[in-house]
Amino acid sequence: MTSPLNREALLQAYRTMRIIRDFEERVHVDFATGEIPGFVHLYAGEEASATGICMHLNRKDYIASTHRGHGHCIAKGVDPVSMMAEIWGKATGTCKGKGGSMHIADLEVGMLGANGIVGGGGPLICGTALASKIRGENNVGVCFFGDGASNQGTIFEAMNLASVWKLPVIFVAENNGYAEATSSNFSVAVDNIADRASAFGMPGVIVDGFDFFAVYEAAGEAIKRAREGHGPTLLEVKLSRYYGHFEGDQQTYRAPGEVQKLRETKDCLMQFAKRVTSRGELSAADIEAIDAEVKAMIDASVVKAKADPLPAPSELMTDVYVSY
Amino acid sequence: MARKITYQQAINEALDQEMTRDPSVIVMGEDVAGGAGSPGEDDAWGGVLGVTKGLYAKHPGRVMDTPISESGYIGAAVGAACNGLRPVAELMFIDFMGVCFDQIFNQAAKFRYMFGGKAKTPVVIRAMYGAGFRAAAQHSQCLYNMFTHVPGLKVVVPSNPYDAKGLLIQSIRDNDPVIFLEHKALYTMEGDVPAESYIVPFGEAAVVQEGDDVTIVAIGRMVNYAKEAAANLRKKGIQCEIIDPRTTSPLDTDTILESVERTGRLVVVDESSPRCSMASDISGFIAQEAFGALKAPIQMVTAPHVPVPFAASLEDLYIPSPARIEEAVMKVKEYR
Repeated sequence: MTSPLNREALLQAYRTMRIIRDFEERVHVDFATGEIPGFVHLYAGEEASATGICMHLNRKDYIASTHRGHGHCIAKGVDPVSMMAEIWGKATGTCKGKGGSMHIADLEVGMLGANGIVGGGGPLICGTALASKIRGENNVGVCFFGDGASNQGTIFEAMNLASVWKLPVIFVAENNGYAEATSSNFSVAVDNIADRASAFGMPGVIVDGFDFFAVYEAAGEAIKRAREGHGPTLLEVKLSRYYGHFEGDQQTYRAPGEVQKLRETKDCLMQFAKRVTSRGELSAADIEAIDAEVKAMIDASVVKAKADPLPAPSELMTDVYVSY
Repeated sequence: MARKITYQQAINEALDQEMTRDPSVIVMGEDVAGGAGSPGEDDAWGGVLGVTKGLYAKHPGRVMDTPISESGYIGAAVGAACNGLRPVAELMFIDFMGVCFDQIFNQAAKFRYMFGGKAKTPVVIRAMYGAGFRAAAQHSQCLYNMFTHVPGLKVVVPSNPYDAKGLLIQSIRDNDPVIFLEHKALYTMEGDVPAESYIVPFGEAAVVQEGDDVTIVAIGRMVNYAKEAAANLRKKGIQCEIIDPRTTSPLDTDTILESVERTGRLVVVDESSPRCSMASDISGFIAQEAFGALKAPIQMVTAPHVPVPFAASLEDLYIPSPARIEEAVMKVKEYR
C-alpha cells in the first residue's frame, strides 16, 4: 500500500516520534542522577501511537492522557521545552512547576492533562466531546488509557456514556502489556481489550502499535467516524514500553532480553525510517537532519530547564481558584 | 417583585433563568427529565423530587438524562466545563459522592492549580443532603465538611428560598467548581423570592438575627432550628445572634469573629457528625482567633459520631434539635 502521507507529513511524523524518544531517553538519564524530582513514567517505545493518532487532530480536538503522558503532550503540540522545565519543577514549566510530569496540561492546544489517576480521563473526555457536540462543532475527543485503566469502572462508564450520547470520542487503549508490574495477560479477563467494545455498542479495532502507518490508518477511520457523528470507537494499540512503570523500576517481572529484542526488531522509529527510505519517500539525509536538530533541541531544553528559576514562594497560594 | 415560593421552586427558577440567559448552561443527571428512551412522557419526573421539572421542554437539548453512572457523567460535566460549557450536574443524593469523588476532588478541584492557573472549571454539582426522611445511612448524610476540606472547591448550603435562588445563580456564573447542597427538608419551605434574577455572593454570611448574649453559627437546615431555639430563649431574656455562613467554602470568618468578640459566647450547630466537621472547624478557628474574648467554652451541637439511623426513634435523636440548641446556649450563658 502506498503511504497516504505526503513528504511534509512524513517529516512531521518522524520528527514528532523522534522528539518523544529523545525527550524520554534524556529524562531517563537525568532522572538517574537524582536531579529530577518526583515520579516519572516514560513513553519511549510507544511513540507511534500518540503520533499516529494526534496527527489527525487539530487544536480544538481534546485529548485526555495518563500518568505516562509526555508522548501524548508532545504529539498534541505542547512545547517540549516548557515540558522539560515542568518536569524539572521550574517556574517556566508548562504549568509553572505546579503540576509536574503527571499533570502536564495545555488547554490552548487541546491537551486536557496527563493524569495521575488511572482511568481518570475517560469521563472528562466525554465532557469535552459533549460540549463540542452541543455547540454543533465537529471536534472530537481522544481518551488515551492503558491496559491497567481498561479495568477501571470510569472507563466502562465513559464508554457506555459515549455510546448512549453518541459522542465523538475515540477510546485508545494503549496496551503495553503491564499495569505497573502486573501483566495484562493476567489482569484483563478477555483476550483483547478491544473485545469489550461490543459490550458498549461501539466498534473495537486492534492495531500494531509498533507500526506508525497502521496506527495512523486505523485512527483516521475512527476519527472520521466520530467527526461524522457516528459515535465512539475503541482502538486497542498493542505496543510496549522500553522503560519501567516508573523510573527506578528494575522490571524484574519482564522476560530477560524482552525489551532489547523489541528495540532491535520492532522499534517504531526504526521501522518508520526503514520504510520511508526504502521507498524513497524520505532520504537518509532527511532522517539524519531531524535526528540532529531534535537532539540539539532536547539538549538545549535541559540546559535551559536546569538554569531556569524555581517557582517563587508567592506562587504557593495562587491559582487555586479563579476568584475566592 | 418578591412573592412567596418554595425552596424547590426557587432552585428551578434559578436554573431556568440562567439557562435562558446563557446557552452554555446545561443540566444533566439521573432522571433530571426522566423518561429518556421510554415510551411515555419525556419529562416524566423532572428530577427524582421534581426540582428540575419543566426545564426539559423549555430548553431543548440542554436537559440531559444520564445513565446511573455517576463517575461517568459527573466527570463529563467537569470535562464539558473545561471546554466552555457551564454544566449543572445533579448527583441526586450527596451520599453518592462515594462513587464519583475522584472526578470531583482529584480532577475538577485541582485542574486550576495543577495546570498553573491555565484552566477553569465552571461546573456546579447539585445534590440533596440531610436527615429527617427515614432514608437511613446512605441517603441522609450532610458531608459538606468533606468538600470544604478540599482546596479548589466552593461549597454552598442555602437555608432558605431566597438564598437558594441567589446562591445557585452565583454558582452557575462562578468560574470555579461549586458543590451546591439542598436540604431535603427545606424543599417545601416557603419564603419571599424576587421574580427577577439576582445573586447572593459567596463568602458573605447572613446575620439572620442580631443579639448580644450568645452567637449561634448554624449551617443549612440548622439555621431554622436555631431560630426556633432563639425565639424560646428570647422569652427567657437571652438575645442570640444567629449567623448563617451560607457558603462553607469560602467561609465568612470575619462576620463570625466580629460577633463572638462582642458576645464572648459561641454555639455552633451542624447536622453532620462531629469529628472534622464544620462545627469543629469553626470552633477551632474561634479558639485560635478569639480566645481572649471567650467567656465560656465553645459548644458544638452536632449529630453523634454514628451513621444516620433508620428507625424514627433513633433518627429523631440523631438530628440536632431546637431543644438541644437551647440547652447549649444556656450552658454557655450560665458558665461562671
